[in-house]
Amino acid sequence: MEWVNAVVQGTLLGGLYALFAAGLSLIFGVMRLVNIAHGDLIVLAAYLGLSATTLLGLHPLAALLVVVPAMAIMGYVLQRAILNQTLGKDILPPLLVTFGLSVIIQNTLLEAYSADPQKMNAGALETASFSAGGLSLGVLPVMTFVIAVGVIAGLQWTFYRTALGRAFRATSDNQEIAQLMGLNRRHIFGLAMALALAVTAIAGIMLGIRTSFDPSIGGGRLIFGFEAVIIGGLGNLWGTLVGGVILGVAQTIGAKIDPGWQLLAGHLVFLIILAVRPNGLFPRIGE
Amino acid sequence: MTPSDFHVTRSSSVTKIAAVLGLLILIILIAAPYWAGRADMRLMGELFLYLALASLWNLMAGYAGLVSVGQQAYVGFGGYMLFALTMFGGVHPIGAIVIAGFFGALIAVPVALLIFRLRGAYFAIGTWVIAEVFRLSFAQVSVLGGGSGSSLPVGIVRSLSSSRAGREHLSYWLALASAVIVIAAVYFFLRSRNGLALTAIRDNELAAGSLGIDIWRTKFVVYIVTAALTSMIGALIFLQKLRISPDAAFSVNDWTAFVIFIVVIGGIGTIEGPIIGTLIFFALRETLADLGTIYLMVLGVVAIVIMLKAPKGIWGLIRTRFDVELFPLSYRVKHSQTAQKD
Amino acid sequence: MPDPILRISGLDAFYGDFQALYDVALEAGEGEVLAIIGANGAGKTTLMRSISGLTQNKAAMVRYRGENIGALRADEVAAKGIALVPEGRQLFPSLSVEENLIIGGQVGRKGPWSLNAVYKLFPILQERRHQQSTSLSGGQQQMVAIGRALMANPDLILFDEISLGLAPIIIKDIYAALPGIINEGMSALIVEQDITKALSVSSRFYCLQEGRVSLEGASATVAREDISRAYFGVA
Repeated sequence: MEWVNAVVQGTLLGGLYALFAAGLSLIFGVMRLVNIAHGDLIVLAAYLGLSATTLLGLHPLAALLVVVPAMAIMGYVLQRAILNQTLGKDILPPLLVTFGLSVIIQNTLLEAYSADPQKMNAGALETASFSAGGLSLGVLPVMTFVIAVGVIAGLQWTFYRTALGRAFRATSDNQEIAQLMGLNRRHIFGLAMALALAVTAIAGIMLGIRTSFDPSIGGGRLIFGFEAVIIGGLGNLWGTLVGGVILGVAQTIGAKIDPGWQLLAGHLVFLIILAVRPNGLFPRIGE
Repeated sequence: MTPSDFHVTRSSSVTKIAAVLGLLILIILIAAPYWAGRADMRLMGELFLYLALASLWNLMAGYAGLVSVGQQAYVGFGGYMLFALTMFGGVHPIGAIVIAGFFGALIAVPVALLIFRLRGAYFAIGTWVIAEVFRLSFAQVSVLGGGSGSSLPVGIVRSLSSSRAGREHLSYWLALASAVIVIAAVYFFLRSRNGLALTAIRDNELAAGSLGIDIWRTKFVVYIVTAALTSMIGALIFLQKLRISPDAAFSVNDWTAFVIFIVVIGGIGTIEGPIIGTLIFFALRETLADLGTIYLMVLGVVAIVIMLKAPKGIWGLIRTRFDVELFPLSYRVKHSQTAQKD
Repeated sequence: MPDPILRISGLDAFYGDFQALYDVALEAGEGEVLAIIGANGAGKTTLMRSISGLTQNKAAMVRYRGENIGALRADEVAAKGIALVPEGRQLFPSLSVEENLIIGGQVGRKGPWSLNAVYKLFPILQERRHQQSTSLSGGQQQMVAIGRALMANPDLILFDEISLGLAPIIIKDIYAALPGIINEGMSALIVEQDITKALSVSSRFYCLQEGRVSLEGASATVAREDISRAYFGVA
């Protein structure tokens, strides 16, 4: 039963990792950009949520109403002002520019909030639990998982059922021809980054309610998100959810064996999958 | 004017002057213990180690297209190898540095086989995962102090030299030697057949492939050699620090972020770039270090602006402005009569 | 001659680092069909890219309805009513046939062309509308590419090598459909390697040779030897 519990808790944790990964996956899918600052943006969202709760007296979940639009606007501006200039055949500029962004965000947060770990106060939600099938499940982890499923379903729907998603796919296929259709790729990329950072905002808030955070943890979140994306297969959103779950389960089982093994177990499972299935478990055909 | 009036050459009078000047500067630097203070020597030692790391990162990213954000894996690995070999193997520290390089190359082989499956930017994050695996693994080794790390025993430190000044001079010379060896190695590598292949790959991977250059193998060799040298530098770094811990050994900020900034600011894809970048980096650090986090923010902004506005860095600006090269790498066509003049 | 819808003058354009067009001048009247002919590498595709905004030049080099558009981006040019059927069709592989058509109408210009109108012109596309565009035959893909351009309800449509790589019977079908398309009052530029085909559907023609206009005239009356000279550059 203890092991079943570890698997269930790991699965729920995977929901959070899928939220980390979804934005990364979206950005890569639309413009082949890998954002090294992604993890720091998640942490930034958590801090914005913290400020919203302390300054405005909002519940962390209500803070989503402020942080999600704020991050989305920031994403659009960031893309139009800086990142669009880096896109091209050469992978170095986007990589190094987002790396620079990562350092800037980290140190700005240090300056503004200090290095002390902080946490959002979500009141009763943090400890609330219910029992199902002999297991005690926290309301918050379950809620995070449900939100993750909802976010991925929403992204999937946006991608395949809306005009915006059509524009994303067309631009991803062939930027020049998409431009001929009257689509300004700079604007489309801005919208994609806005959407990705909106998802990042949700990820940051759920992270900040769940655990304490400090400005230095962004790199680790980027890595978890990245591992989920690669395990699931590039360009497959539902695969990303599965990737997150595999990573989460590997970590909780690792932690069960030895607390020092939690992160290591996750990385090792990732490396094993990379060795056995280099294209991930569910690669998109033709990618 | 007949074709025989023209000849193709790599060297120019600038490169010859640079070579003479370089040799002179090198002699002055070797003599530093006789003219420099203790603090200056310490700073210069650190500068040389960063110069060596930056030149290696530049070889990978600027020439082989292997953008790694995980070189701290080898810095930390080398450092831990030094501690393990001297503490438990009874090896002399200098010997341990060499063996650390060998082990670094050895462990880089399976690592490369794995992460070479990732393309472009995903390769970069993959290298970071490897560095994390190294960090978490060494944190599990309790004889090396686990998560809190350990110090190098006094006896081992004394084995370098009995006097403090002797140790300081030795570690200064080792740092200087590492920078010179790395730059020389990069230079001769780039002039070799493999180096030409690298340049071809950088300019056009598809065309290089069709010319029969084994792109995978060339990149693999660069990765392994870089890993070996980075491990040796890591061992040297922690021989100076005398203390190691997983967080310090595998710090992404110290061993990768700074190195990337140095290369980007100086000029990626040139040998001169890391040299200029290191000088600028240390000048900035010595003047702005009191500002703490703001200094890092400034560094990030400078790197982004350079990447966007002058992607070839400061050296790139100088080179396009004056058409000079300190290390003779490119071929130039010269007319015999005009060749005398320039 | 009616007022020109398109006037190109002094156009120097580059394809990468390589100058592909030198001082090109060209005019297309309202409702006119022009043929652009020339050998491979003569600069035909660069001309199409320059008009459609995929290659940006100096503003005054390309004028459309009295407005300088030479420096606009392709999406801005598209919004003004110029559509391009690109060489090699270039459909969006991750979009279905119908989505490829819908995205053509993204610019939101009013006019006779709609999904239904395109399906009426090419009934086979309606049957295949939910398929991936890559699963169609070459000829059907060309129909999608033409339909996609029509969906924008352009006033000027550019066809770049629409018969390239297609079977003769398919080319015949597509050329049979052209008058139905152009009769709606559109102007058209047709780039074509098959000189006879190009001259038969156009009223005037321009011949490019090594980036310069080497001959222009009325399609119906031009002498074949004049064309060969302008085309190949031999006497």
